[in-house]
Amino acid sequence: MQSADIQVDVIIPTQTKYLDLIGSIGERIGRELDHYSGDRDALAYQLNLVLTEATTNAIKHSNYQGPEDCVRIIIHIQEDELNIKVFDHGQGFDIEAVPIPDFDNPKENGMGIYFIKTLMDSVTYTRMEEANVLEIKKSLR
Amino acid sequence: MNLTQQQLDGFNVLLINEERIDAHNSGDLKAFIIDMIEEGEPNIVVQLQQVKFIDSSGLGALLAGFKHATAKSGKLALSNLQPQVLSMFELTRLNRVFEIYNNLDEATTSES
Repeated sequence: MQSADIQVDVIIPTQTKYLDLIGSIGERIGRELDHYSGDRDALAYQLNLVLTEATTNAIKHSNYQGPEDCVRIIIHIQEDELNIKVFDHGQGFDIEAVPIPDFDNPKENGMGIYFIKTLMDSVTYTRMEEANVLEIKKSLR
Repeated sequence: MNLTQQQLDGFNVLLINEERIDAHNSGDLKAFIIDMIEEGEPNIVVQLQQVKFIDSSGLGALLAGFKHATAKSGKLALSNLQPQVLSMFELTRLNRVFEIYNNLDEATTSES
């Protein structure tokens, strides 16, 4: 993939059956970032995971009531940074209040945001009137 | 979710015939494992050879199975993890919780 700006903009219904599609897009992008000097296979898995977790999160915070309920995902690939935005229409949550998992007493839930925070360079969640947005950045240097 | 249950040297082996475990199918996996345990099979080896991707909900489903098996005096172990799947267990330190074997032979030999 060339280093020119590429933007992928996807809108899916709030249903988990579309997670594979979204994750696969991330995986392909990671694998084809020719100018990324790090481990592209690892990056491909991480982008699959981060997009899957972020989309799951958005779906969980929405209630699917009909085809009008959707999650929008924008992936912007720039020369030296990857920027992902996931929009949801739910109640929203405080990302700073999400605790780090207790590794000595592992729980079934609560690892998704931890993965995003650990594997990416910055994560913010902003509540807005129209929609909430989870914004994830990963340096490609 | 495509799962196969087998008996191997007296062990219950659960083969996961999926490349991907995420929030779409992890609920099925958890329910299947818990049903196995409730039906009197608390010693299970989950074979993950086919699985190339697992997310937090997949790890959670296996952890739920592990806890349920332990509560019934059994054990849930894992085998044949792909390197990137194993790295997810390392990232969450769950490799210290589960017994993880290279293959089913190793799993059944160690467990007997």
